[in-house]
Amino acid sequence: MFDLSPQDWTAVALSLRVAAVSTVVALPFGIIVAMLLARGSFWGKSVLDAVVHLPLVLPPVVTGYLLLISLGRKAPLGAFFADHFGIVFSFRWTGAAVACGVMAFPLLVRSIRLSIEAIDRRLEDAASTLGANRAWTFTTVTLPLALPGIIAGMMLAFARALGEFGATITFVSNIPGETQTISAAIYSLIQVPGGDADALKLVVISIVICVAALLASEWLAKRATARLHGA
Amino acid sequence: MLAVHVEKTLGEFSMNVAFTSESRATALFGPSGAGKTSLINMIAGLLRPDRGRVEIDGEVLFDSAAQIDMPAWRRRIGYVFQEGRLLPHFTVQHNLEYGRWMGGHKFDPAAFQHVVELLDIGHLLDRRPGKLSGGERQRIAVGRALLMQPRLLLLDEPLASLDTARKRDILPYLERLRDEARMPMIYVSHIATEVKLIASHVVWLDGGRVATMGGIERLDAAQVDMLA
Repeated sequence: MFDLSPQDWTAVALSLRVAAVSTVVALPFGIIVAMLLARGSFWGKSVLDAVVHLPLVLPPVVTGYLLLISLGRKAPLGAFFADHFGIVFSFRWTGAAVACGVMAFPLLVRSIRLSIEAIDRRLEDAASTLGANRAWTFTTVTLPLALPGIIAGMMLAFARALGEFGATITFVSNIPGETQTISAAIYSLIQVPGGDADALKLVVISIVICVAALLASEWLAKRATARLHGA
Repeated sequence: MLAVHVEKTLGEFSMNVAFTSESRATALFGPSGAGKTSLINMIAGLLRPDRGRVEIDGEVLFDSAAQIDMPAWRRRIGYVFQEGRLLPHFTVQHNLEYGRWMGGHKFDPAAFQHVVELLDIGHLLDRRPGKLSGGERQRIAVGRALLMQPRLLLLDEPLASLDTARKRDILPYLERLRDEARMPMIYVSHIATEVKLIASHVVWLDGGRVATMGGIERLDAAQVDMLA
């Protein structure tokens, strides 16, 4: 069953790396945006909400193309990252991670936002009477209480990133060893006569990874919730 | 000394309250909806008055004219909420120490031990709030407020969520607290017997205004007036 070709294993490893990196890098931004949407009242809040959710409703190809024209090497933003941080996105696995992060972002934000909105704000008031300023209240009360939602959001984002196809292939193409994730590898295999068997193996692997991720998230979220409610 | 004069409009309800207190234990008495909780929230810095001034021992916490509004976290006012509001993700011990951490104070084993014994909560230190009874929770809440070394202690109907038997359990702790802790307290309640047991001075609130204030004996006189 698992006698995959080295190229297929590379695709699996790359997928895991891209999904993990995109989730971890997106997390702080996700928490900030979720906090703004849950608590903030500012001009343009509904616009921010819409923009965050855009990748959920836009055709992935459109998102990928938008990334291409904004983060490509010749594009201003892409050139900025290349010149100042030495990070090149186009046709690199980093670009795949960006595409996955963007596509998964709405799921991440949504889950964290819901858990922040569910927090009893009177607990934050209690912390402030005990001498906690806003930053401490956030780190010692808000963030731990939102943890189940943060875990769930991360796992959803991870699973979404693993399955990402359209935006990634549009933005960074389908280069074996660099940007060819599981989805792209499956796509390539079924284009080739006789590739079905290998494609099926990758399908099974991707199912296993996603189910494992969801189970892990269930378990972690349950544990976090139990901790909050005093076990 | 505590000097409060605040005005606040909350929807249809308007408050205009002025009182001063030098007493160790002042009761804020009145029917529900009189504005008692709103008033102590304004003292604690959780609710912003529209106009007015709040001063403790010469330090101004709020003054609308001078545009002073010290945030709650800098006021050093201990607050025991009606529902306890313990932090559910911390153990009892950590709840008790939270104020000390935030204040950056050194651990004082004697003070800690004193509060633990005063409230008889030593056996609960490793537990989490979710598994505590209502009475235990309120005792932890009192201990937590005491251990932050506040200059004033606000108790908002600390017995309201408890049944009669539990109330009788906790009242002695509150009396001990009044006698042993060296800090002034404001005790909010709508139950006259409770107030008479704890406080020596009363501010009677009704409809967002001070109906009467003075020594605790005012309570009886005013009650007679109300009945007459």
